[in-house]
Amino acid sequence: MMLSMLYGVGIAFFGFVLHTSVAGINRKISGRLQKRYGPKWYQEFLDIFKLLSKRATSHGWIFDFGVIMALGGIIATAMFIPVTNNFLAFPDFDNFFIFAYLIAVGMLGMAMSASGSGNPLASIGVMRALTTMLAYDIPYMVVIVTIIKLTGTSSISGLALYQQAAGNNWFIVALPLGAIVAVLALMAGLGKKPFETYIAPAEIASGPLVEYGGKQLGMLFIMMEITHFIEVSLFVNLFLGGAENIFIFLVKYFAVYTALSLISNVYARFKIDQVVLFFYKWPLLIAIVQGFIAIYLGWVI
Amino acid sequence: MKSTKFSELSQEQVDRKWWEIGDFFRRNSLWMLMYCTGCCAIELPPAMTSAYDMERLGMGPMATPRQADILLVSGYLSLKTLRRLIYTYEQMSEPKYVVGLGSCTINGGIYHDSHAVINQLDQYVPVDVYVAGCMPNTEAVMNGFVDLMDAIKHKTANGWKKYRDNYDWYRQNQIASLGEVEVHDEFHE
Repeated sequence: MMLSMLYGVGIAFFGFVLHTSVAGINRKISGRLQKRYGPKWYQEFLDIFKLLSKRATSHGWIFDFGVIMALGGIIATAMFIPVTNNFLAFPDFDNFFIFAYLIAVGMLGMAMSASGSGNPLASIGVMRALTTMLAYDIPYMVVIVTIIKLTGTSSISGLALYQQAAGNNWFIVALPLGAIVAVLALMAGLGKKPFETYIAPAEIASGPLVEYGGKQLGMLFIMMEITHFIEVSLFVNLFLGGAENIFIFLVKYFAVYTALSLISNVYARFKIDQVVLFFYKWPLLIAIVQGFIAIYLGWVI
Repeated sequence: MKSTKFSELSQEQVDRKWWEIGDFFRRNSLWMLMYCTGCCAIELPPAMTSAYDMERLGMGPMATPRQADILLVSGYLSLKTLRRLIYTYEQMSEPKYVVGLGSCTINGGIYHDSHAVINQLDQYVPVDVYVAGCMPNTEAVMNGFVDLMDAIKHKTANGWKKYRDNYDWYRQNQIASLGEVEVHDEFHE
């Protein structure tokens, strides 16, 4: 048990290092896209360690405790991620709903801490973040439940093995409409451009992060990197057929994240009501149509 | 056979080593809060975008004073904006640096004889790097940032320590100009 726990923390650390590097490379790529030289690929590491080396102000114990709760909750979620078929800490506990529930602990910790700062912009940011979550989670869940109904398992590594056993028949091909919904939901989950309403640096001064500086901000940056790792690896496992070995995982992970950040580079930001209306109009409709086609008509490519 | 003897490091030496490691990260990732009061702010867009690309040095704009390392004062400061500048500076987390852009922050510039404008920023908050010129061109602005990085490397950018040690002197100057630094009115209660 103790060894599995250490293994799990190792997976969380692996996710942190992997995502921070991939995000740094993507900053370079988007720099080149804008005809700039771009920062160093390890710039995100420098940013995080710089923040951890600074002195920080506290706004009461809820403010400090919420940050620790957010980081702890996200590390606890990342422990269950199956990276490849064999590289996972808890083989029987990687049910999809574990992630759906545990990831909320980290988010709520951050929300509690941001509200504890007493800044009105932080409250607006938290409210927008939770509204966005409500908007993209419902279409996403419809697609996931369709997949679970089709395969009869809700274990993430089980789903990955199912896709590999069917001759690499990935769900991104088998359920193309559902994959579109999942990509949109993933963009919203990662806070990519059309849906990054809750960060909005010029409008609400980076939203939930408005009062953080120094160590607390550094811990929240680590938390966000691990959150993005969880979301992207869930997509890789659910729609791209998981990975037999670590190299395939790295390639798929890099491809998914780079594609999303390239798309996000050409978009402007939605307003919060546009985000909610968009997700309840098109992705929800597409997800329900996909579920109907796949389950009742049985048209799975 | 050669042997290396490690002498016991004192607490001060250990602290200095840690501080040097921190300085490496701090000078390679400088986040700015831009306090654009004057015309010099127009030199910042080319410094940030593809012409000079500030991000390759690890610098970037930030939204709030809590997250920022550099307070970039571009141009003249009237008495009203000076008060807000002091609030902003005191909210930033240490270590923090101030960059003064243009001659207005050095000696008042073309507004030196106005009754509503302060002449020397150095009297109110400590300034680490000045970029002279009216207005300085973009190469000079970038050069100023590189100078600040060198100053951090050589431990000479310690304006924030100076502000803490000589707080009474700075506060006295602020009160002499502003009358009252923390104002009490319906916007601040």
